[in-house]
Amino acid sequence: MPVIEVADLRRTYHAKTGIRRRSSREVEAVRGISFEVERGELFGLLGPNGAGKTTTIKMLITLLLPTSGSIRVLGFDAVTEPREVRSRVGYVFGGDRGLYERLSGLDNLRYFAQLYGVPAHEQMARIGELLEMVGLSGRERERVEGYSRGMRQRLHIARGLLHRPEVLFLDEPSIGIDPVGARELRDTVAALASTGTTVLLTTHYMFEADSLCDRIAVIAGGQIVAHGTPAELKGRVADGNVVEVEVFGSAEGSLDAVRALTGVSSALVEERGQAQVLVVRSGPGIDVTAPVLGCLSGIPLGRVAMREPTLEDAYVELVGAQDVT
Amino acid sequence: MTATLRLLGMGWWLQMKTRSRDPFDGILNIIYPLIFATTVFMMFREGGDESALITAAVGASVMGVWSAVATSAAGSLQNERRQGTLELLVAAPAPFPLLVVPMTLAMATLGLYSLVATLLWGRIVFQIPISIDQPLVFAAAAIVTAAGISLMGFLLAVTAVRYRAAWALGTALEFPIWIVCGFLIPVATLPEWVQPISWILPPTWGVAAIQDAAFGGTPWVNIAICLGLSAVYGVIGALLAGRLVNAARTHATLALT
Repeated sequence: MPVIEVADLRRTYHAKTGIRRRSSREVEAVRGISFEVERGELFGLLGPNGAGKTTTIKMLITLLLPTSGSIRVLGFDAVTEPREVRSRVGYVFGGDRGLYERLSGLDNLRYFAQLYGVPAHEQMARIGELLEMVGLSGRERERVEGYSRGMRQRLHIARGLLHRPEVLFLDEPSIGIDPVGARELRDTVAALASTGTTVLLTTHYMFEADSLCDRIAVIAGGQIVAHGTPAELKGRVADGNVVEVEVFGSAEGSLDAVRALTGVSSALVEERGQAQVLVVRSGPGIDVTAPVLGCLSGIPLGRVAMREPTLEDAYVELVGAQDVT
Repeated sequence: MTATLRLLGMGWWLQMKTRSRDPFDGILNIIYPLIFATTVFMMFREGGDESALITAAVGASVMGVWSAVATSAAGSLQNERRQGTLELLVAAPAPFPLLVVPMTLAMATLGLYSLVATLLWGRIVFQIPISIDQPLVFAAAAIVTAAGISLMGFLLAVTAVRYRAAWALGTALEFPIWIVCGFLIPVATLPEWVQPISWILPPTWGVAAIQDAAFGGTPWVNIAICLGLSAVYGVIGALLAGRLVNAARTHATLALT
């Protein structure tokens, strides 16, 4: 039986504006997504900012009620049996917030151990074990306000694991931490998954999802636009070519013309420093370099390169297609 | 039961630690009661009635407890929201009311300082001879009053789970409660239509109990009514908390964004 079962999940927000003339606007953050996660699996929800990842995870951990659809976690309904779900799952999010700054790391962990019903006689041993695991031993009596971002994130992980959750939800855990810290975090997550903990991870970092996840669902505009193993997703673009053209000017005006070229399967513009880079993907064996350059005539160009497609291209194509529609 | 008491105790202790480490709140908590006391003593000294001065001293001290709770109660959950811990509290399996009660209990505990500070301020600066006939009963009445005020604060605090602007409610109620609960003027002198409101507020009975203890009266009935009303506020707050958390899950108000 799957550990997480999500069926046709929807969530609409009602945003109100104005003081005298109140107006309400509906925003569909999640639009009918369905997926399942098996026990011990490391499942990734990958998507850009605003795609609906955090809204989805908040519904799974009972912080938000869905507008419609169903969620079962470990066999319990997240809407009608929230306490059953809460006692069995852990939740960790990225960023600086979510800790009591004026308390020590140890006090933060003791409080949450109590909140999660960790027996009093086990608390200190469990906390010591977790501090060791996340590399905060010896720093636990310092106030959190003096911790670095990486230390805070590691404290978050320890907090989320205090009650030995069967399922761990990680919402963009590596956001804002340095590459070394992010690598250590990935090692910790991988180690957890190897011990049988089911992990659902949201991220917008392709390499993070690629290196960690058994399966990935790509989410954009509140919908799952693709899902599969990292290898399956890479396979979607493995046969094509990618041309990158550095453009010193506005490349957006030429996008429609490039997309209309024969053999072009997708085209988009990325900002890289002071230049824009037009990334054009074409079908297998088709070189579209010359017609693409023709579309850009009159615009100052820099480096032009052709390369093999990567998983990131698959992601960008999926998400980009969603933006266009 | 032990786990619940441990949860309440730990929550209270950590709240005390957090609040005592905030220099801004700390200074306000020290200075405010002295300002209240000074204003009240200067007003009542003109009357030349010694018993009125003691009544004023008791009233001013409870004003400090109420102000400490009223201005912070709803704001404390807004702070939790701002620092991203409100969602973590709701996401925990522990009953949410048991996480909020220690917050307001800690505020009332700190507010008890104002009671002592006001009486000492009156004695040292204004030479008011404070003679308390039943010191132990006086202390018991003060603690019961502080508990009643903290449960009123609890009721205010839980509204902030659903309504982000509810922090303003406590501030708006700060001064009216001074008057309605008879902190400085007897409830009997208030307009008749106001008096039923006074009777359903625990501090009305608490402050009357403290005054009884100070003047050698029998405060037990007032203490019992204060305790009973406090329990009612606690139960209403707990029931309301459940509903408001569900409303917050529907309306997505647990986080700032």
